[in-house]
Amino acid sequence: MTQEQTTYTAKDFSSDQEVRWCPGCGDYSILKQVQSVLPDIGVAKEDIVFISGIGCSSRFPYYLNTYGMHSIHGRAPAIASGLKISNPDLSVWVITGDGDALSIGGNHLIHLLRRNFDMNVLLFNNEIYGLTKGQYSPTSPEGKVTKSTPMGSVDHPFNPLALAAGADGTFIARTMDRDPKHLRQILKEADDHKGTSLIEIYQNCNVFNDGAFGVFTDKGTKADTTVFVEHGQPLVFGEHENKGVRLDGATPVVVDLESGDFSKDDLWKHDKTDRSKAGLLMRCFETPTKDLESLPRPFGVFYQEDKTCYEEMLHAQIKSSIETKGNGDLEALLRGTNTWEIE
Amino acid sequence: MEDLKTIKHNKESKQDVAILFAGDSGDGIQLTGSQFSNTSALFGNDVSTFPDYPAEIRAPQGTIAGVSGFQLNFGSIEIFTPGDLCDVLVVMNAAALKANLGKLKIGGTIIANTDGFDKKNLKLSGYVDMRNPLEDNSLGKYRIIEIDVTKLTRESLKESALGIKEKDRSKNMFVLGFLYWMYNRELAPTEKFLHEKFKSKPDLIEANMAVLKAGYNYGDTSETFTTRYEVKPAPLPKGVYRNIMGNQGVAIGLIAASQKAGLPLFYGSYPITPASDILHELSKHKNFNVRSFQAEDEIAAITSAIGASFGGNIGITASSGPGIALKGEALGLACILEIPLVIVNVQRGGPSTGLPTKTEQADLLQAIYGRNGEAPIPVIAASSPRDCFNQAFEAVRIAIEHMTPVFLLSDGYIANGAEPWRFPSADQLKAINPPVVKEATDEEFLPYRRDEKGVRQWAVPGIKGLEHRIGGLEKQDETGNVSYDPENHEKMVGLRAEKIAKIADFIPLQKVDQGAEKAKLCILGWGSTYGAIKTAVKELLAEGHSVSQVHVKYLFPFPKNLGELLKGFDQVIVPELNKGQLVKIIRSEFLIDAKPLSKVKGLPFSATEIKEAALKHLES
Repeated sequence: MTQEQTTYTAKDFSSDQEVRWCPGCGDYSILKQVQSVLPDIGVAKEDIVFISGIGCSSRFPYYLNTYGMHSIHGRAPAIASGLKISNPDLSVWVITGDGDALSIGGNHLIHLLRRNFDMNVLLFNNEIYGLTKGQYSPTSPEGKVTKSTPMGSVDHPFNPLALAAGADGTFIARTMDRDPKHLRQILKEADDHKGTSLIEIYQNCNVFNDGAFGVFTDKGTKADTTVFVEHGQPLVFGEHENKGVRLDGATPVVVDLESGDFSKDDLWKHDKTDRSKAGLLMRCFETPTKDLESLPRPFGVFYQEDKTCYEEMLHAQIKSSIETKGNGDLEALLRGTNTWEIE
Repeated sequence: MEDLKTIKHNKESKQDVAILFAGDSGDGIQLTGSQFSNTSALFGNDVSTFPDYPAEIRAPQGTIAGVSGFQLNFGSIEIFTPGDLCDVLVVMNAAALKANLGKLKIGGTIIANTDGFDKKNLKLSGYVDMRNPLEDNSLGKYRIIEIDVTKLTRESLKESALGIKEKDRSKNMFVLGFLYWMYNRELAPTEKFLHEKFKSKPDLIEANMAVLKAGYNYGDTSETFTTRYEVKPAPLPKGVYRNIMGNQGVAIGLIAASQKAGLPLFYGSYPITPASDILHELSKHKNFNVRSFQAEDEIAAITSAIGASFGGNIGITASSGPGIALKGEALGLACILEIPLVIVNVQRGGPSTGLPTKTEQADLLQAIYGRNGEAPIPVIAASSPRDCFNQAFEAVRIAIEHMTPVFLLSDGYIANGAEPWRFPSADQLKAINPPVVKEATDEEFLPYRRDEKGVRQWAVPGIKGLEHRIGGLEKQDETGNVSYDPENHEKMVGLRAEKIAKIADFIPLQKVDQGAEKAKLCILGWGSTYGAIKTAVKELLAEGHSVSQVHVKYLFPFPKNLGELLKGFDQVIVPELNKGQLVKIIRSEFLIDAKPLSKVKGLPFSATEIKEAALKHLES
């Protein structure tokens, strides 16, 4: 990988193709933040590859002036795995949506995480099938009324982060299209992580599921419904940082910091290396109510772990095989071990 | 072994002998058969083998469902099939006899392990009233040699510290030793094999060798036979030979091609019978820069290979029918991406899970037509175990030089069969030239600009100035940008089809394998039916019939002269292990009244079946 000092700007990463998402789509914001982060990751443009599956988000590679492949339903993780094995020096980014990654491609996603290839997976979650015009998705809430569920969906939704943790993912984070600064920061942290980084990005589909995450993204409610977690910092939230999350044993509870009963020192201090606490954090998934007692939805890096990557081990085996057996000798391979001569 | 040879026995020369080893799937039948084959090949015989084993890992012991078989044909003449009927049937138990008696020639020899004919075995194999066929005179048409293999094996290991179970496990060596004596074979190759197999277990080497020798000596001293048989080396073309199995041939062919192309080999696959041995073989050769990847499913197997090809490796995947079905969508992707990829289909009985361990040739139409949209993909087929090497090499060459996925069809019969192979030297293999772009020029890079062959260039991520995006959506000519323009779509469909059709300019013309270019009857085959057709036509020609053999290895596109060639025959028959797939294409392509000869039993053709069908056509 050419580690040359790059002096790219976001514009260098913009392809000559017209961006064709619906006006107001959350994808625009994500594209913009990705384009603005790429100049900072220190990788030459020709060493970056975006691989996507099918769906609105999967048009993403066309709009980036890097190498890219828009592939087939759900298979981007598998294509990216083969690509990463073929050339471990590439910076590989997988672009996928909630249907693509969690329904048709669920199998590939869990195995990508399990193998821990060094790549970044950007999971655009809008809780709806946009490209096929409005059916419920694996992240749609129970009871969701859509074209295919006129009486409400009876499916229980996936919690993508808990799923990633179940597959032993080594970098698990959540962010949102409407918080560009946070989005950029998470993208940067994900790229710094060596291993599979899964970022769930709440993304608004203003045509088929407008406002699905409004309660977390709208100015009026955001402060009370979200908590932005940072490694080593207590879980504080609320308009005036007046609330916090405290651990009562293994149960997270919301506490009022203004009553005088608790201070920041009593709160749950986020440790992204603590697997079980990260699990508790991911499970803070219930839909918030007006009731002050309800837990906020966490955003940030939930979990991070250093672990060897698949492609490293595979290439180490090849190297060790060459060291012990010598470079493959085609003549000897053709000959095999038992020969005889006919004269 | 000189001291073991005695002069009291007569020697009878035989041109060729077919032996069928049969027993319970735990009896070590496959190993016994392959050891006898290897030893015979090393001795200089021509050899053809047919392993036939149950689909269940371990069906109940002693039952018909659990019978495992290994037939081999070896001779001092050229051998093309494992033989229609066998001369010798070795049975380790009653079920093995019941299942295989129909495959023994009248007057043939049965070598029976009497220990496998006790009451329990007779009951399990369903002999009426538990009547022992060895004792009730029902086998009068055959010669029976009874040996209590279990007892003699235990006896020869009296001094050994091994447990009874372990001792009994080596009883296949007794049988092997006995047959080595019968056919004057040396024990040395098997001794070498045992030393490699049980490298870390010297007590097992010792035990197996003791039993092997005991079997040999038993033949020498028991006076069971007064005649030993001699099968002299075959007059094969001069050269150095080795034995090769079909799946092994595929793996070696793929590696050779990747070396000749100067590209790392990426192999993505999901285990499936009978294709898995390709994965096993390739995984052994990591020092050839082979990147083998056991994917989570068939779809990941092929898509990972597509990703690797995008990254500049030669992406390869293999499977059998049901797995190929799952790969269908990705095949279309590779087709529209115009990226090199090899897909091996080791066919088995279908539909669905069908007959996993049995052979069939019924995926030809799937390979040629089985995708959505106009998605032409070249299809080639291997005709024998050693041909698997040639065709695997050829599949990679076409895939790379024509920037296309390529289907290679093999099947269970040739995948597990073995034959002697006069292997080439590395420099005899053609160079393969990948159309890669090494660096950007002043001219704008257009990923879908074509050369005179209709082939686009391969621009691999990592090269500055060639950044481009490809995908499954229809692309604009030359730029590769997404395009829904109706005129463009029709043009692109045409360009892709033309590119594949042009491959016909880069493959050999069709030759007549045996017989004249014009004859009364042409037997047209493809794939693993080669050996049976070869044997049948050889006999027909010797008997003076006007018959020819034409065997097609390039099934899509066909060699340019195939139509003209076939029109030179009065009649064309097409034996296939399916309901008539190639014949359908031949009829529609060339308007020739070719006739099918179908067999769909999970078993290969016998030469006799083909000969009889041919005679009917010649008489009509």
